Amino acid sequence: MKKIFSRPESLRDISTHYCSGCGHGIAHRLVAEVIDELKIRERVIAVAPVGCAVVAYDYWNFDCSEAAHGRALAVATAIKRVRPKNIVFTYQGDGDLAAIGANETIHAANRGENLSVIFINNAIYGMTGGQMAPTTLVGQKTATTQRGRAAQEHGHPLKISEMLGPLPGVKYVERVSLHSPQEVLKAKKAIKQAFQNQIGNIGFSLVEILSPCPTYWGLTPKKSLDWIRDVMVKEFPLGRIK
Amino acid sequence: MKVLISGNEAIAEGAIQAGCSFYAGYPITPQNEIPAYMSVHMPQAGGVFIQAESELAAINMVYGASATGVRSMTSSSSPGVSLKQEGISYIAGAELPAVIVNIMRGGPGLGNIAPSQSDYFQATHGGGHGDYRLIVLAPATVQEAYDFMSLGFSLAEKYRNPAMILGDGMLAQMMEPINIKKSRIKNQKYARPWALTGCRGRKPNIVKSFYMQEGDLEKFNLHLQEKYKTIEAQEQRHEGLFLDDAEIVLVSYGSMSRIAKGAVQRLREKGKKVGLLRPVSLWPFPKKAFGQIRVHPGGRLKFLVIEMSYGQMLNDVKLALNCKYPVEFLGRAGGGIPTEDEIIKRTLSLLSR
Ligand SMILES: Cc1ncc(C[n+]2csc(CCOP(=O)(O)OP(=O)(O)O)c2C)c(N)n1
Ligand code: SF4
Repeated sequence: MKKIFSRPESLRDISTHYCSGCGHGIAHRLVAEVIDELKIRERVIAVAPVGCAVVAYDYWNFDCSEAAHGRALAVATAIKRVRPKNIVFTYQGDGDLAAIGANETIHAANRGENLSVIFINNAIYGMTGGQMAPTTLVGQKTATTQRGRAAQEHGHPLKISEMLGPLPGVKYVERVSLHSPQEVLKAKKAIKQAFQNQIGNIGFSLVEILSPCPTYWGLTPKKSLDWIRDVMVKEFPLGRIK
Repeated sequence: MKVLISGNEAIAEGAIQAGCSFYAGYPITPQNEIPAYMSVHMPQAGGVFIQAESELAAINMVYGASATGVRSMTSSSSPGVSLKQEGISYIAGAELPAVIVNIMRGGPGLGNIAPSQSDYFQATHGGGHGDYRLIVLAPATVQEAYDFMSLGFSLAEKYRNPAMILGDGMLAQMMEPINIKKSRIKNQKYARPWALTGCRGRKPNIVKSFYMQEGDLEKFNLHLQEKYKTIEAQEQRHEGLFLDDAEIVLVSYGSMSRIAKGAVQRLREKGKKVGLLRPVSLWPFPKKAFGQIRVHPGGRLKFLVIEMSYGQMLNDVKLALNCKYPVEFLGRAGGGIPTEDEIIKRTLSLLSR
């Protein structure tokens, strides 16, 4: 019998700690599949965030560094500069990349570092218990916006991808989603593009992935996917930004 | 080769000759000559220079570069070093070697740019979070500023621990003739099987400080404590002057110790039994040297700690002496520097009591 589906070599055979319906597991797998397909597993150095994906290195089967909360792109910048032949990527949540690490994000992008960035936008802080993220939607209830995010008080969702797009150092930005199998396939394509860009020395590439957090959205896994499709993509339109 | 060079330039050149291949920093006075020098000479030596967007970014860049196994450093001055503390704790927690230079200035807050020794607590007693230790070396001359870069890197690598070079604006800005080697170290002495290089031909490496399984973090901390014990046993450094018959020992480090040394020499010319003990490693604190000082038969023994702070090293001296002898203090900060005359006056009054 011909084997047509198996675990990528870049993904270890261990059970997940993520909540059921969480998008991190899918995103980890897409990254692992892409790395296998591009045959770069032995060249990769990943930088994991602080957030629910802090233990990404437990799942991935390649070299990986943890970074302090928000500093993944500073860590990755240095790794890539001293080892330009390695393939270096960061994997960061919206709190990590767009709040505490916004400065590192903007400056790594503006320097045009030849890095691939996987940006998981789940509109919330998962690890710390569901607080407001910079990407939380107006009206969305979180542990720190219990009556819903109010634009006057908390501002509007921060669109970091659209902000980075105009920077000359940024070569590729695309927003994708995990809410359906078709979208998952598109997400994988975008991730592949971001890695191919690095291999081809093209420069800073970022893929923003809308990803479900059923636990702190207070929704079932299925309803979480519907919420991305019906609500979240209106605020964060999918497609190529640059 | 003999050159006339400033403390800051000596630090930068010392690092390059020590094989440092990565520098990241953010401008702050009085250490700006270090990044300026690095921006020219680091690329010439085949290394990487980055002007970071902040001290937070700089220290985390050092973390990243160091995680790949290359000799990496950053430099800053007091407020900037405060910002680096989280990163230093992560470097210690991930057991990465790195060198951090702090050219201290007056504080607290924005303070001023005058020489100061007010970051001793931060450097030697924590600063960042967690039960970690920083190896801290305090050069007193421009030659030492140069030499301690290679010492700092080799200690950092030997113990897989961050090391700090603690200087001040006086040392950084003064120029002195020094011997330099001009033979950049190429091969690092200690193997780095933990480095992130891509997992070709081996199992993947992980650089991290996160331990969630019950008991793991305690075990890791015990491992760190063992390491720190070894460092305390093996790496104490000091300079002693006239300690054999001293009735009063001045204790001072860094550029402050040079003023104290001047006072000791003048007092000796007057026949006063004054000695100097200069801690060179601030952590590990040179406790053994203190333990070896004996009262001259029929004599007496006192200590006078002199700092450009309001007594940050003072308690370490008392602890090293087990409170066996009286310990007095003379200190100024915020731009004030105890003068040779002030030291002499105070010493004479202590001797006459
Ligand atoms: C300096 C610092 N501040 C705060 C925290 C606590 N913290 C850990 S993860 C996190 C936010 C995580 O949210 P996000 O980046 O969106 O990732 P997610 O967990 O949603 O995947 C925070 C605030 C920390 N670890 N370090
Ligand atoms: S809290 Fe949210 S982001 Fe974190 S693992 Fe659970 S579902 Fe995923």
